[in-house]
Amino acid sequence: MYSKDGEDYFIVDAHIALWDARPENQLNVHGKQFIDCFYDYHRNLSPESEVWPYEEYLYQGGERLMRDVFGNGIVDHAIFQPARLGEFYARGFGQTEEAFALTQANPDKLTYNHYFDPRDGERGLDQLRADAERFDLKGVKLYTADWHGDSRGWKLNDPMAYRYFELCRELGITNIHVHKGPTIRPLDRDAFDVADVDHVATDFTDLQFIVEHCGLPRLEDFCWIATQEPNVHAGLAVAIPFIHTRPRYFAQIMGELVYWLGEDRILFSSDYALWTPTWLVERFVDFQIPEDMTEYGPLTTAVKKKVLGLNAAKLYGIPVPPELQLPDAAETATGPRQPESADLAMA
Amino acid sequence: MTATLTLTEADVRAALSTVVDPELDEPITDVGFVRSVTVSGDAVEVHLRLPTSFCAPNFAWLMVSDAQDALRALPAAGRVVVELDDHHDSDLINAGLAADAGYRGTFGHEAEDSLDELRATFQRKAHTAAMERALTAWLRADPARPETAVGDLCLGDLPVGPTTDALLSRRAALGLPVDPGSPVLLAPDGSRPPADAVTATLRRARSVRISVDGNAHFCRGLLTTRYPGAEADQTARPSIDSRPLLPLEVLS
Repeated sequence: MYSKDGEDYFIVDAHIALWDARPENQLNVHGKQFIDCFYDYHRNLSPESEVWPYEEYLYQGGERLMRDVFGNGIVDHAIFQPARLGEFYARGFGQTEEAFALTQANPDKLTYNHYFDPRDGERGLDQLRADAERFDLKGVKLYTADWHGDSRGWKLNDPMAYRYFELCRELGITNIHVHKGPTIRPLDRDAFDVADVDHVATDFTDLQFIVEHCGLPRLEDFCWIATQEPNVHAGLAVAIPFIHTRPRYFAQIMGELVYWLGEDRILFSSDYALWTPTWLVERFVDFQIPEDMTEYGPLTTAVKKKVLGLNAAKLYGIPVPPELQLPDAAETATGPRQPESADLAMA
Repeated sequence: MTATLTLTEADVRAALSTVVDPELDEPITDVGFVRSVTVSGDAVEVHLRLPTSFCAPNFAWLMVSDAQDALRALPAAGRVVVELDDHHDSDLINAGLAADAGYRGTFGHEAEDSLDELRATFQRKAHTAAMERALTAWLRADPARPETAVGDLCLGDLPVGPTTDALLSRRAALGLPVDPGSPVLLAPDGSRPPADAVTATLRRARSVRISVDGNAHFCRGLLTTRYPGAEADQTARPSIDSRPLLPLEVLS
């Protein structure tokens, strides 16, 4: 829990990872390129005091993760969102066994989500059943730009993906975290296109779709979809560190999200180990939309409490002390829209 | 065109300045994507660079192939070599360029038809963002103006200046009307929105502009993190948000 100026905030970090990008785990140059890209994000968006040496960035291990995420008592709960990246790393990028062992040792603090890939076909469906039982899955992290043989991406509305979502429904895996990445087949269209989220959210209204990075770099398309689909949520991973480097831009992101989605569908995420949660929570609680941006309302304490933890706690059934809970807000002025009014092709 | 034409680095850079990053709606020369230019006689070799190894390969292809086309169109140019450095698809793209394999020949099974639709999508976004900048600048110039008033605004009502010029050039690129009597606010399909849809159309256009501008700043920043010193090759991007609201006159 985080306390400031007499207010208590229940904190859920909805996106953390325990990765291993050390050279001995890299399969090829892409393994190095991938972690170097993360490290450039980290160096570019972090305050100087929060920048780690490259060697530390490659791998943290469970002990350090517990210290970085929970050490000062600010974060109440965190959720693993692993990426497989099996074409780049010999033992994968997300370290399943280590993260799950940590979750078993700290069940009140950690939730382990796993991944699936519809390109694994029937065998992958069996694996998902086994994983759901072993990890007691309530959510999955999907990275649509993951490489797989000669395929460099998939879409949420691929027919095989629908088989997986049907199985998620059956197994009670209700939280589908979606990370849109930059390479997808075919290359003819926008690789960051979020239109497939629209399709699955309409067809699986009992599943919740949390779009990581709030759709960035396609914030506008994401907001439009989320306006129509009440089961689409915004994850703030990668968006929230802009609070330091470009606070006016971050104000616009928050202003847009609250305007289009309302305050009940936005989730705080540090994206650890890209960044650590402490400075992000502290800065977010102190943050306000600049007064000259009259197109947006101010971020109230209630909005901040919901974003920082209450919204994610609700999705995952994480117990929140009664005195820290807040009621849902009324519908936004923008929604909900009728799906037929959507026109994604005309952005 | 005479046999005495000589190729200069200035010619090469001028040609490259016509190549636009479709996502950011800016010339590649302004964002610092040109890593090096080497002219030797009538031969030219240009290296391009991007903010990350994982920038989308379709956008990368558009930029490097446009650069190759722009340089080949120079009357004094003989051998033209364009290469993309440090990208996860560098080998594939550079081989495709060298062999004149085209988009489909380069990407094989990953390419279906062409990148025309992709290009058109981002031309529409560029127009939407330019339209919103013009309208927001107009609104901010007089706080008494209500958002709903933008529905009646015509191109001729906009102040002369770079924000209006940028809008006009993007309308021209899409074949949209540019006469002074044309409405400024257009729905995504180019039609004039009805009165009750004016605010929603403006708000939606705003989300496009914020997205495009935000990406442009992030890409610039990442490029300088990845290639220290690259900031010297970047031109400041005009922004209607980078300074406080007043004074308003500088906007027009």
